[in-house]
Amino acid sequence: MTNLDTLSLQDLLTKRKGLRRRLSEQIGLQEIRIAVLGGSTTNELVDLWEIGLLSSGFRPTFYQGEYGRYYVEAVHDPQALIDFRPDLVYLHTSCQNVQGFAPLQCTAEQLQGYVEAEVGRYQQIWNALGTNVGCQIIQNNFELPPFAMLGNMDAVANGGHSSFIMRLNLAFASAAIADRKLLIQDVNGLSARVGLQRWFDWERWFSYKILNSAEASLAMARSLTSMVKALYGRSRKVLVLDLDNTLWGGVIGDDGVDKIQIGRETPIAEAYTAFQEYCLALRNRGVLLAVCSKNDEKIAKQGFEHPDSILKLEHISCFKANWEPKHENILAIGRELNLGVDSFVFIDDNPAERAIVEAQVEGIAVPNVGSNVSSYAGIIEAGRFFEPVSLSAEDLQRAEQYAGNSQRASFESKFADYGEYLDSLEMTAEIDAFQAVYLERIAQLTNKTNQFNLTTRRYSLADIESIASDSQYISLYGKLSDRFGDNGLISIVLGRKEGSAMHLDLWLMSCRVLKRDMEIAMLDALVERAQAAGVETLLGYYIPTKKNGMVADHYEKLGFIQQPSGASNPDASVFALPVAGYTPRNSHIKVTELVHG
Amino acid sequence: MDNLLPELQEIFRDVFDQPDLVITRESNASTVEDWDSLAHINLVTAIEQKYGIKFALGELQELKNVGDMIDLMQTKLGKG
Repeated sequence: MTNLDTLSLQDLLTKRKGLRRRLSEQIGLQEIRIAVLGGSTTNELVDLWEIGLLSSGFRPTFYQGEYGRYYVEAVHDPQALIDFRPDLVYLHTSCQNVQGFAPLQCTAEQLQGYVEAEVGRYQQIWNALGTNVGCQIIQNNFELPPFAMLGNMDAVANGGHSSFIMRLNLAFASAAIADRKLLIQDVNGLSARVGLQRWFDWERWFSYKILNSAEASLAMARSLTSMVKALYGRSRKVLVLDLDNTLWGGVIGDDGVDKIQIGRETPIAEAYTAFQEYCLALRNRGVLLAVCSKNDEKIAKQGFEHPDSILKLEHISCFKANWEPKHENILAIGRELNLGVDSFVFIDDNPAERAIVEAQVEGIAVPNVGSNVSSYAGIIEAGRFFEPVSLSAEDLQRAEQYAGNSQRASFESKFADYGEYLDSLEMTAEIDAFQAVYLERIAQLTNKTNQFNLTTRRYSLADIESIASDSQYISLYGKLSDRFGDNGLISIVLGRKEGSAMHLDLWLMSCRVLKRDMEIAMLDALVERAQAAGVETLLGYYIPTKKNGMVADHYEKLGFIQQPSGASNPDASVFALPVAGYTPRNSHIKVTELVHG
Repeated sequence: MDNLLPELQEIFRDVFDQPDLVITRESNASTVEDWDSLAHINLVTAIEQKYGIKFALGELQELKNVGDMIDLMQTKLGKG
């Protein structure tokens, strides 16, 4: 079958007639009869939709009503529709078809009345279609109006057209929830993604009564194709994922689990984490995840045990990591899951693997995701592979677990004092001695942190590695999560023991967690370890730079007492804190148990 | 004009799905089979997409044949 995604808009538009002819020659296509009632000229949209359906295993027969007669044809004069015996009616209308926008001067109650009148007209159409043809209906909701006559107020004022359209769309959504046979095509979302400037085409509207650009027609045709596939149970069900440079950065077999890029510590790691979150979100709404990777299975699985991996082994329904060709593994995954491989989508950063899988596995979708992880999710999304038409009871139960998160929306913004605010953040910290997986991030932080950095000492990765294994040092990293997410590794403290004193060579923190009491939690952990190591006094140093003025009083705020400057470094201020009798001070952050003590 | 006619002929062949279609500067809706109003929209859209140009309102109504279309395109493409 022709892969429509590989054709440019221009090719599709120019060659549509020949494409339709060739695609129609396929055998075994499922017949489907579709009536299109339009508030504008729909021929181009229907042409593109037809090609989409033909390339997805359907043979559509279309009936197109006359432009602008959608209401009459559905409600008063339905015989032509009835005779056509449609399996599906698509009602294509736009903001240009709104009959009664609310007047500029109107109250909220009056606005509600205008919205109800408009929805009432559509309800009448949907009811009439239900009575007369009784088939599935797809109704699009509306793009925002082309002109915001009231500027920003257009979305706020009772008489704003934007405001009206938003209310209308909400009412359409409610109607669809109440009526199983009514599906809403989200043109509001589609047009926003394409961009309203590129959506409307006024020359075509005035000349041919086509409101939108060819690009917009294609976007709508693709979304309609995916809706039909979903209605007929042909949405895809499984996302098959490569591992190295697809789910994490780097090659786990070469680099080791400690060196793969995942987590919050570098931009690249963040991007892989975001992609894993996207995959997990798909799984949470019922899409199965499978792994197909050329790797040693044991080593490959270590990637999912990485502390920052969002995806865990339990999320993977079928795991194939070996040295066999990928297309054979994918066929094996199909057998094990008992699902047709034509319901699979395969994601791999390697174009050679994509090519062989696409050629060898009949019906699998292999989107060209490139090799830039930031783009993967958007490309998968654009393919509309996993379109649902409803959420099953099971999906919804799963969704309940997440209901707690929605309480975040009602997050109160009023607090008696700052401590109460900090408590409301539900902060959890992990504070521990340097660990192998974090050494790169630690070295990187020492080199890029300028503001909350007491000494601005820079360390190479080799320095950090040797410090991590040197018993003279107490080295601590801190990670902080809160109810809004994981901030990653954000603080480092480095103490060097000399006799009964401990010199704090380094104390730094990322500014994204300023004023969270994280420094207090770090001090508690530091003192606890210093006491255990027989240290009597902590000596902190502040070396001023152009950028670190914010921490000039850091040690004094923590209760250190300023000392006379040492002769060796007259620029540095020295502060001392005796550790005897120190009691932990952190009360707003829950520090997790230290596994590696 | 020397380039545009063969290029337009390709577009016409694709749009009408007639691989042997031959057009001249004198061709118009009455000499090309299937050139109805819908095919006209398809042609215009295909040309606008291919050349990245946009016909203004009224410009197309004045065209009598393919030759006029080529002249108008040349103006828009800055070759006139």
